[in-house]
Amino acid sequence: MNRTTKKEALTLLKSADLLGLGQMADNVRKRLHPKGIVSFIIDRNINYTNVCINRCKFCAFYRDKNDPEAYVLSKRQLYNKIKETIALGGTQILIQGGLHPELDINYYVDLLKTVKAKFPIHIHGFSPPEICYMADIAGLTIKRTLQILNEAGLDSIPGGGAEILSDRIREKISPKKIGKDRWLEVMEQAHRIGIKTTATMMFGSIEEPEDIIEHLDTIRKLQEKTNGFTAFIPWSFQPGNTELSQKSEVRSQKSKKNSKLKIQNSKPNSSLVTRHSSLQPATAADYLRVLALSRIYLDNVPNIQASWVTQGIKMAQVALRFGANDFGSTMIEENVVAAAGVKHRVSINDIITSIKAAGFKPAQRDMYYNIIKRDL
Amino acid sequence: MSLKKIEKKVIAGRRLTKDDALAFFESDDIFTIGRLANIAAGRKNGKNAYFIQNHHINPTNICVNRCKFCAFSRSKGEKGAYELSIREIIKKLKTQRSAVSGQQSEKLKTQNSKFRTKFVTHHSSPSYTEVHIVGGLHPDWPFEYYLEMLKKIKTNFPNIHIKAFTAVEIDYFSKISEQGITDTLKELKKAGLDSMPGGGAEIFNTQARNKICPEKITGKEWLNVMEKAHNAGIKTNATMLYGHLETYKHRVEHMLRLRELQDRTGGFQAFIPLAFHPMNTELSQKSEVRSQKSNLPIPNLNRYTSGIDDLKTIAIARLFLDNFPHIKAYWIMLGEKIAQLALMFGADDLDGTIIEEKITHSAGALSGTVMTRAQLINLIEKAGKVPVERDSFYRPIGATLRGRPNKL
Repeated sequence: MNRTTKKEALTLLKSADLLGLGQMADNVRKRLHPKGIVSFIIDRNINYTNVCINRCKFCAFYRDKNDPEAYVLSKRQLYNKIKETIALGGTQILIQGGLHPELDINYYVDLLKTVKAKFPIHIHGFSPPEICYMADIAGLTIKRTLQILNEAGLDSIPGGGAEILSDRIREKISPKKIGKDRWLEVMEQAHRIGIKTTATMMFGSIEEPEDIIEHLDTIRKLQEKTNGFTAFIPWSFQPGNTELSQKSEVRSQKSKKNSKLKIQNSKPNSSLVTRHSSLQPATAADYLRVLALSRIYLDNVPNIQASWVTQGIKMAQVALRFGANDFGSTMIEENVVAAAGVKHRVSINDIITSIKAAGFKPAQRDMYYNIIKRDL
Repeated sequence: MSLKKIEKKVIAGRRLTKDDALAFFESDDIFTIGRLANIAAGRKNGKNAYFIQNHHINPTNICVNRCKFCAFSRSKGEKGAYELSIREIIKKLKTQRSAVSGQQSEKLKTQNSKFRTKFVTHHSSPSYTEVHIVGGLHPDWPFEYYLEMLKKIKTNFPNIHIKAFTAVEIDYFSKISEQGITDTLKELKKAGLDSMPGGGAEIFNTQARNKICPEKITGKEWLNVMEKAHNAGIKTNATMLYGHLETYKHRVEHMLRLRELQDRTGGFQAFIPLAFHPMNTELSQKSEVRSQKSNLPIPNLNRYTSGIDDLKTIAIARLFLDNFPHIKAYWIMLGEKIAQLALMFGADDLDGTIIEEKITHSAGALSGTVMTRAQLINLIEKAGKVPVERDSFYRPIGATLRGRPNKL
């Protein structure tokens, strides 16, 4: 089968009829996952800190170090969360946080080692911006940092922080976050030392269709080299409580009261501000379009996740017919999307029922997509 | 029958049989079903997707029926029971009217340059055009109270369209006023009733109906009220509550009854499939509740319909109800995401801005309670349709087509 070219992908994204695109994606999904199984993982999203020096404009979760709502989890809190996870049948924890200026690599090494010594659990942790930050503070290469973390117990790396892999857009929405090249470098180095990762894409902020295609193409190319991505997860920007969604006048009012919002892009971009004031979140149609195209274009990435956390269960069910074959995590705990005002409270049982109602066979998996429990 | 044969029928514009509709329900080929429904919708309404600015009023949640799928109703004296006086209703309509005006004109300032469609570009009316009134069957309110409510609303807002009272309420009014259905309807019409919503249809199948709402009028009675309303010159909608105990066959039979009545009267404007919402309803309680009428155990229904089922049901409705001008994706029930997708599966109406929805939200609706005009337009445009702001008879509101009867 011929590979979709960038040019074809752009045409599909811009002008294909959505049902036609969905059908194409559904066929690819059926070819890759012919048994009609839809997998999910039972894990807990543990955000060890919300302190972050990056202050991305699309994020509602971060706080300044001195903010009254700033926190760093204690070990006891962490252990309790892991115990609860295991009790619920969980096999994995996803550890992610902000870029805390006072935590160094020794903190993370200690955290990984003690968790591994206490619990039989897979640690999926630290997105590329966190890895880079640890490397910078320690004065180590990315490769060395990854090796140290891996030896201490890090099993795999989540694909967050990719946002849109276009520096033109990153400059505007997350000017302090690592650029495209460093994100890719972390992933490539991780794959080379045997650490599997996922890849994400956040769309629906201020990017153009060309940026989405560029992102997909970048992932496909790296996957050609390393084959280290287990899954791709597109999700849409959730504008609630974020700087990116504030109207300019509202923003300036708030910045008087809220220290978090005082820090602005050093070079205020007038076109960005204009677009903010009318920023409408990506709609269901936009989400399915990007999801379907991802399935079609990323022919070398085995799994595509539906994002029920950002889209809701009903949409995630529809997504299963628009290219997705995985329901992602059961999210025993989720803080980041919830901070942006999106709450879809769901139990493991709800996930199983929802997958069945959509006409598929639910199965619990691990991070490598091995099925560990079927006939649910 | 294979989908291919049914597909040919659809393309040729021939009427589908019950078996055809059933075959669609049993198929998982949502892409073919959606594509065909979109074709059928295009024949009726072109690329138009309608919306209206409306305001919901629920005068009371006190209800003698207490249907098992309802989380809104209360008995008299029960905690949370409420009654609105006519003065309070008028006050609500007035406050919201000015609040919405301010909000909308603010929106218009920032959004207007973006509007592509000629129907909305020049439109500057700042507020809702329709009030939608449905409530419980109150044990003590006299019929005169409702007549008075209509009259007072019309006096205060002479240009507002009043769409009010389900067939269930009409039947109840006829009982409390001790007159026939037709006379009841005529009096209401004289007092200001302009059209009727389609609620209370639930599912016509007797067995399923007896389990979910044993106290409610039968399907036959519901259809009878609607026929009389149509004959009295009152346009109505029609609904179907699905996703509870009914089977696909029940859904098809339900739609068939509606299609037959529509053949006789032509009085239905829109068909609105309503997905069952389980939260806080008796049907979702874990206890072994038994229906009083049928003495059968009520099954535990703790689930929402699947998004796929919602889209399929919309699409099949569009294909089967060939004599209904409109299929409504009621976003309050479906959520705004599925409602938007429904526009690509045969629906042509999103309903409206719906200020203050209470009934579905009592049962755990996943949607918000207000949608602005700008949000509705954005959803429609991103679905590749043309947003048309409409009045209660589906006439476009706007400079170019104002006053022209709807001939779509």
